[in-house]
Amino acid sequence: MTATLPATHPLQESPMDRVGSSNNPPPRRRQAPWADAVFAVLAHGAAWLTLALLAGIIGSLVVGAAPAIKEYGLEFLIRREWDPVQNRYGGLVMIYGTLMTSFIALLIAVPVSFGIALFLTELSPGWLKRPLGTAIELLAAIPSIVYGMWGLLVFGPILSTFVQQPLQKAFSGVPLLGTLVSGPPVGIGILSAGIILAIMVIPFIAAVMRDVFEVTPPMLKESAYALGSTTWEVVYRVVLPYTKTGVIGGIMLGLGRALGETMAVTFVIGNFNQLDSLSLFQAANSITSALANEFAEAGEGLHQASLIYLGLILFFITFVVLSMSKLLLARLQRNEGTRA
Amino acid sequence: MSVVQLHPAKLAIYRSRKRVNTVALTLALAAMAFGLFWLTWILVQTVVLGIGGMSLSLFSEMTPPPQAEIGGLANAIYGSVLIAFFATAIGTPVGIMAGIYLAEYGPDSWLGKVTSFINDILLSAPSIVIGLFIYTTIVARFKTFSGWAGVLALALIVIPVVIRQTQNMLALIPNALREAAYALGAPKWKVILSITLKAARSGVVTGVLLAVARIAGETAPLLFTALSNQFWTSNLSEPMATLPVTIFKFAMSPYENWQKLAWAGVFLITLGVLALNIVARVLFRNKA
Repeated sequence: MTATLPATHPLQESPMDRVGSSNNPPPRRRQAPWADAVFAVLAHGAAWLTLALLAGIIGSLVVGAAPAIKEYGLEFLIRREWDPVQNRYGGLVMIYGTLMTSFIALLIAVPVSFGIALFLTELSPGWLKRPLGTAIELLAAIPSIVYGMWGLLVFGPILSTFVQQPLQKAFSGVPLLGTLVSGPPVGIGILSAGIILAIMVIPFIAAVMRDVFEVTPPMLKESAYALGSTTWEVVYRVVLPYTKTGVIGGIMLGLGRALGETMAVTFVIGNFNQLDSLSLFQAANSITSALANEFAEAGEGLHQASLIYLGLILFFITFVVLSMSKLLLARLQRNEGTRA
Repeated sequence: MSVVQLHPAKLAIYRSRKRVNTVALTLALAAMAFGLFWLTWILVQTVVLGIGGMSLSLFSEMTPPPQAEIGGLANAIYGSVLIAFFATAIGTPVGIMAGIYLAEYGPDSWLGKVTSFINDILLSAPSIVIGLFIYTTIVARFKTFSGWAGVLALALIVIPVVIRQTQNMLALIPNALREAAYALGAPKWKVILSITLKAARSGVVTGVLLAVARIAGETAPLLFTALSNQFWTSNLSEPMATLPVTIFKFAMSPYENWQKLAWAGVFLITLGVLALNIVARVLFRNKA
């Protein structure tokens, strides 16, 4: 065990000779010689437990979903019917809802987060950086159920009156836009879920972007400034190319969060298991909200298995997205030493 | 500026660059305002709608049936505190030990690298999937929803947060400190417990506080593990009411008294979570 840290290997069995010391050394206290081994085993065990956790999650989901996998196979991904009464299931509606809401969330959150990171790293006066950064981070700390309830009871009605209805009036005849804004403008549906998700992931993306912007070597930035660049040019032509992988990693992290968010989406998406149009105002369903609403009441058998199958798909997608995020961020860290 | 005679075309380029810069920086300012706007709006709304529900009966009365006159959230608050307490008590030691492994034993071993990677993914993994995992392994096996299932689900959320924080904080401790302790003949466990972990204490405590803040508001993993309960119970083997799940149930209902209680609950949770976050930050800043 201790061989892994050769530089700091403790000299356990042979206390060092005290050169030049005439006094008798204090008697070596031998306490619990087994403690080291036990402690090492505990630490290793805890690390293994984390791995086992992941394996356990995947394993249990696969086992739980087995009946549905056997029944539908991968066709499950493109079946759009979800009918507990006739016991027929397909995941397309929920998968579409999950992907579409997350897409809208990123569409809003990425530019805003970039702006926030730009503000915090380049514009903000020093004394404001910390409080403002903390404020944005607190946005991430608010529990998702608060966002959900606020979204349903406060934000939804406002969105309906001031955004959806005017949009519908303005675009009702236009071919593509007309379809996007059709449907009941009640403030519940894909658009509201997407907007609330955007608010929720902004702090995650902004925090990563701010951190990676700050690793840009000041020398690079100062050189650009010395050549007469404007602040925007420095950020867009120097900082952004330098931190590209980190920025994408941050976006992926936000995407992973958005895909897996449950409560906020459940409140505002409308839980409607049909997919008739591309309308953004239409009530829909997402994987997470289907699980939150139906799972506790689902009878054992195909219904439950199908829900677990959905959970497995969700876990798989977020796993891939988060892994990519992690790898991209790690690559930036590695490059830091070589390019600076 | 001693730029004497600029060619008009160059001057135009210069002006447009300046214009682009102004627009971009204004937009950045707007983005910052946009973020703060939502934070303020949500907080103000929560306070406005929640503070009306604050009363003594909120903490002394059970969750009421629909359209009842009186009622509170006592059993839900108690359940939340109980479940969060046990989840933290289980998750923290495991998280700290794994964090110690990652920082002190095998930062470069394959196990360390893989665990560190997996842990980052678990940190952001959808919490509802954790609920599914506990359902299939615990609830389905024992054929009952229970407080313990909720405890385990939340403990699984605590673990990655504590691991990450412990690992990061231990990594900040200078090696010289370890070497000095080893040179005095201290065994490794003693060096870790009384030197490095002690030096990293405030960081680790911060991690635990943040983990508590995180699980205090978690709803999704409790929906089909702890479920809910209309009555007061201290028995963790039974279904148990928790604040977030009760809020979910009440907020989605059409009953006015339930919605009012839900807002009061949201106010409590938000206040608690933000307070924990701020305490954690202050603690960390002062000691670290």
